[in-house]
Amino acid sequence: MSGGVGLAHYLTVAAVLFTIGVFGIFVNRKNVIVILMSIELILLAVNINLVAFSSFLHQVTGQIFAMIVLTVAAAEAAVGLAILVTFFRNRGDIAVDDASMMKG
Amino acid sequence: MDLQTIAFYLLAGVLLVSALAVISARSPVHSVLFLILAFFSAAGLFVLLGAEFLAMLLVIVYVGAVAVLFLFVVMMLDVDFAALKEGFTRYLPIGGLVAGVLAIEMGAIAVIVAHGGAAAKSTGPVVPVGHVTNAETIGRVLYTDYVYYFQAAGLVLLVAMIGAIVLTLKHKPGVRRQVIADQVSRTTATGMRVVQIKPGEGIAP
Repeated sequence: MSGGVGLAHYLTVAAVLFTIGVFGIFVNRKNVIVILMSIELILLAVNINLVAFSSFLHQVTGQIFAMIVLTVAAAEAAVGLAILVTFFRNRGDIAVDDASMMKG
Repeated sequence: MDLQTIAFYLLAGVLLVSALAVISARSPVHSVLFLILAFFSAAGLFVLLGAEFLAMLLVIVYVGAVAVLFLFVVMMLDVDFAALKEGFTRYLPIGGLVAGVLAIEMGAIAVIVAHGGAAAKSTGPVVPVGHVTNAETIGRVLYTDYVYYFQAAGLVLLVAMIGAIVLTLKHKPGVRRQVIADQVSRTTATGMRVVQIKPGEGIAP
């Protein structure tokens, strides 16, 4: 252990961060911008897990996979915000809890 | 307690507090700013883990692109954000319950894996050996073993870019646009008009 900070510390931080992200989705059901930010937090927690394992197992593969996750997160944010802008143009607000335009 | 431990607890504390602030801030602008702080702290944790390249990537991609994109959208949309906040206390109990169960489960798994899994015998974060830097290591693996995944990631970004453009592009009626094909297909016959003018009269348009 270098300096008393082991793998469990990093995994615990990532777990708590993931939990905060899930909690954020629950309590901000109406505000889709904060929901998107919560998803970013969840993906960040996943990345911390991947990098921690990569570092402690002396394998660089985890960091490669973290880069792929980073790419997907950026793409998801771009498309999500584009959908949000279109949604706002059509409806005039971004309250998503009563969005039922596509129900048919 | 050495310097690395202090840095870890400081960065982890800032990360978790700012993550809590992201989901509970009153204004989404504050949420985005706390998100930037959280990403910076996570980048610091990556540096502690010996993944400097990914840390810089996190700062460039997230703080430089994604967070600024969020900021633009938040400031562009004219929304009454106070009204969107009202369900907060209503969903607090069920959200807290799910989050608590999730935290206990994942914490237990983390401790079990760290003490009994494949990483149990690991001695600490990897340190750079010799002159091979972290970026060099990643480059050696990324462009050989994982080149197809790398290409697929590029494809994902291309599709996302085209998707975002298609979703947000709006053709306003009444705006005259340049049509190159029409310009090129003009001939002398269609583009020129010979007018015979009688003396003493003007040209009617």
